[in-house]
Amino acid sequence: MLEGLLLGIQTAFSIQNLLMVVGGCLIGTFIGMLPGLGPMSIIAIMIPVAISMGDPSAALILLAGVYYGAIFGGSTSSILLNAPGVAGTVASSFDGYPMAKKGQAGKALTVAAIASFCGGSIGALLLMIFAPALSSVALLFHSSEYFALMVVGLSAIAAFAGAGQVTKALMMTILGLILATVGEGALFNMPRFTMGLMDLQSGFGFITLAMAMFALPEALFLVLKPRSSNSAEAGEIKDLRISRQEAKAIAPVIGRQSIQGFFIGVLPGAGATIASFLGYAVERNIATKKEQDEFGNGSIKGLAAPETANNAACTGSFVPLLTLGIPGSGTTAILLGALIALNVTPGPRLMIDDPQIFWAVIISMYIGNLILLVLNLPLIPYIAKVLQIPRNYLIPFILFFTLMGAYIGQNNATELLMLVGFGICATAFKFANYPLAPLLIGFILGGMLEDNFSRSMQLYDGVAFMWERPMTLGLLLIAVGLVILPSYRAHRASRLSAKQ
Amino acid sequence: MKLSMSRRILLATAVATLGFASPVVADGHKMLDSVHFLIPGGAGGGWDGTARGTGEALTKAGIVGNASYENMSGGGGGKAIGYLIENASSNHGTLMVNSTPIVIRSLTGVFPHNFRDLTLVAGTIGDYAAIVVGKDSPVNSMADLLAAYEADPSATAIGGGSVPGGMDHLVAAMVMEAAGKDALGVKYIPYDAGGKAMAALLSGEIAALSTGFSEAVDLANAGEVKIIGVTSDERVSAAADAQTMKEQGIDTSFVNWRGFFAAPGLPADMLESYQAAISKMYETSEWEEVRARNGWVNIHNSGDDFNAFLEEQEKVIGDLMKKLGFL
Repeated sequence: MLEGLLLGIQTAFSIQNLLMVVGGCLIGTFIGMLPGLGPMSIIAIMIPVAISMGDPSAALILLAGVYYGAIFGGSTSSILLNAPGVAGTVASSFDGYPMAKKGQAGKALTVAAIASFCGGSIGALLLMIFAPALSSVALLFHSSEYFALMVVGLSAIAAFAGAGQVTKALMMTILGLILATVGEGALFNMPRFTMGLMDLQSGFGFITLAMAMFALPEALFLVLKPRSSNSAEAGEIKDLRISRQEAKAIAPVIGRQSIQGFFIGVLPGAGATIASFLGYAVERNIATKKEQDEFGNGSIKGLAAPETANNAACTGSFVPLLTLGIPGSGTTAILLGALIALNVTPGPRLMIDDPQIFWAVIISMYIGNLILLVLNLPLIPYIAKVLQIPRNYLIPFILFFTLMGAYIGQNNATELLMLVGFGICATAFKFANYPLAPLLIGFILGGMLEDNFSRSMQLYDGVAFMWERPMTLGLLLIAVGLVILPSYRAHRASRLSAKQ
Repeated sequence: MKLSMSRRILLATAVATLGFASPVVADGHKMLDSVHFLIPGGAGGGWDGTARGTGEALTKAGIVGNASYENMSGGGGGKAIGYLIENASSNHGTLMVNSTPIVIRSLTGVFPHNFRDLTLVAGTIGDYAAIVVGKDSPVNSMADLLAAYEADPSATAIGGGSVPGGMDHLVAAMVMEAAGKDALGVKYIPYDAGGKAMAALLSGEIAALSTGFSEAVDLANAGEVKIIGVTSDERVSAAADAQTMKEQGIDTSFVNWRGFFAAPGLPADMLESYQAAISKMYETSEWEEVRARNGWVNIHNSGDDFNAFLEEQEKVIGDLMKKLGFL
């Protein structure tokens, strides 16, 4: 192993591969920063370029750089414009955008960059130490555990609701779950609720819905309620400094979420999105009462948690890809295709047959994360200036990228109509003060929840898996705890105040 | 300075993108000026890879001057089929890539059209199906699997990466049927992608997996899974140890083909030149490179052969689906 590691370091530090890391990270962050564009489409476009290089290490280093670079940069559009381009950075907008609105855009971007860096680097370290052993962890989860994990995610939804909005949040979650049932699920061979429309057969697109829920209402709000959203220009947005007290507050969050996020990323059926939601929910639940009230209103912890978790999970997703040859997400599936095209067979023999590729990629992740941090920190004041662009210019820009994001990758013009339709509904919800994030979370988790639940039902001929499998039971108990804990706390708090 | 930096990246990306899309200068024997490939799914999928790989081989070998690509997803592929039929007269220069699901999904009525509504150009490549078990499984052959199924059908769950009534399920049912077992009793567990189904097999959630041969061959050669039956007529060289179904007395075969279709009403001379270009492609080293890189199997069915092949596949699958209650 040590020999392989040294060989990997040697490969990763060759001039060509260093250029690949820098190039991949640059392209990745740049694309990731644009609202609506995620790593999947850009990696698909870059595959012919990578393959034509002919060197598998260089190609994989480049593509991996694009992948985590895009996750790294993805937080930028979430924070500044409330327009997440990747499912994994949706949770970053919950507190990142309120921070930017409070005039702390510079600080928010700095926190995101540092959290991403730590998540990515700690993830790479865990990957290096445990990758061979972790392939069995990746296979620990059966459908019933994935089902329970989705339940945990849903039960944490209260964490995403503002004060006194729990009922509204639940209603929006259910709406999201309903939207997730449209289209051809994995379990039926007939389309459901498509109203005979061919465009609905594959269900609603995630990017379309995310753009409609976050970016469009934001842009429309700027038009319809120009005064109320002026605050962004007020503060000192270039101020990047994090106080010692704030650093102390986020350090344990980053530590916990690097590890939790990494392990969730290792599971082939979970990934960066689930990791970021759970990271956010867990950190909110273990925070003090005072800090909890800040979540959703620009809490620095609420931003650090999902940002750390999604980068750690992105690194973690390389475990099943490299050690088993199993892709856990659409992006890693494309990476797998590229590897096979380069005559590299990911799987248990990769470490033995091609140790230089295996280790070079992992080493390049350290270098890449460092490069991303060095690249991003000095750029933050300039990136944050986006908010100083006058609204008349900013709104068309947001609208353009929103529409482009929904169209690219699918090349289906009907997505645009759906985007506008949902965008108008979402704006109405926003005016009525309904939280939109729970809808999107319900939508993302709903499909996986249903698939895994009915698979488990089939396998166990009933719901016996809920108590027969200890891990499923454990996760479900955690879910119950997540539901009961906040209401218990609220109850106790009201009793205490009544006594006084 | 910083801003100009990102502008340069954008420029570099744009140049790179243009670079690989531009036509490669041909050296003689050019048979067609240009081909427009219509891909019924998004970038990065199997259809996308087939169209772009074929286009690459055709242009690099100089058979076709220029290839362009259009991704049109929607309706699981149905939208592109509808588009090609509705705009037939303006799409004589278009080839659409498709595969086995066009047969299955037309049968279930998910697609309002079927392959007869299009001009059949040629089937070009294919992948056999395989039944796979984990390395520690006591099952070593189809006979073992059938015995286990006989003993306890409910504990012998077979997974796959398609919906019930989809390709992986039909292959599993077809094998059981040919082995004289009750195809209806097969406990089929669907996963939303082949990779996730493979993970479920390795984790021990399912007893066996119905999947594409090419998806299983690497893990089989690494010793992680055992291929206990392949749906080809002869053994496939990529995994010469894997027995065919026929060798084990199960008289069935199945090919998941991929091929190209053109708009209805395509003039005969144009159809001929497309077919000639594709036939020519098989002789080139450029195609061999693309094929080997992707692990595809050459299964060339042109024109009438393609029609006969599809008719046969539609009949076999249709009968099976009726029996299983999907039609």
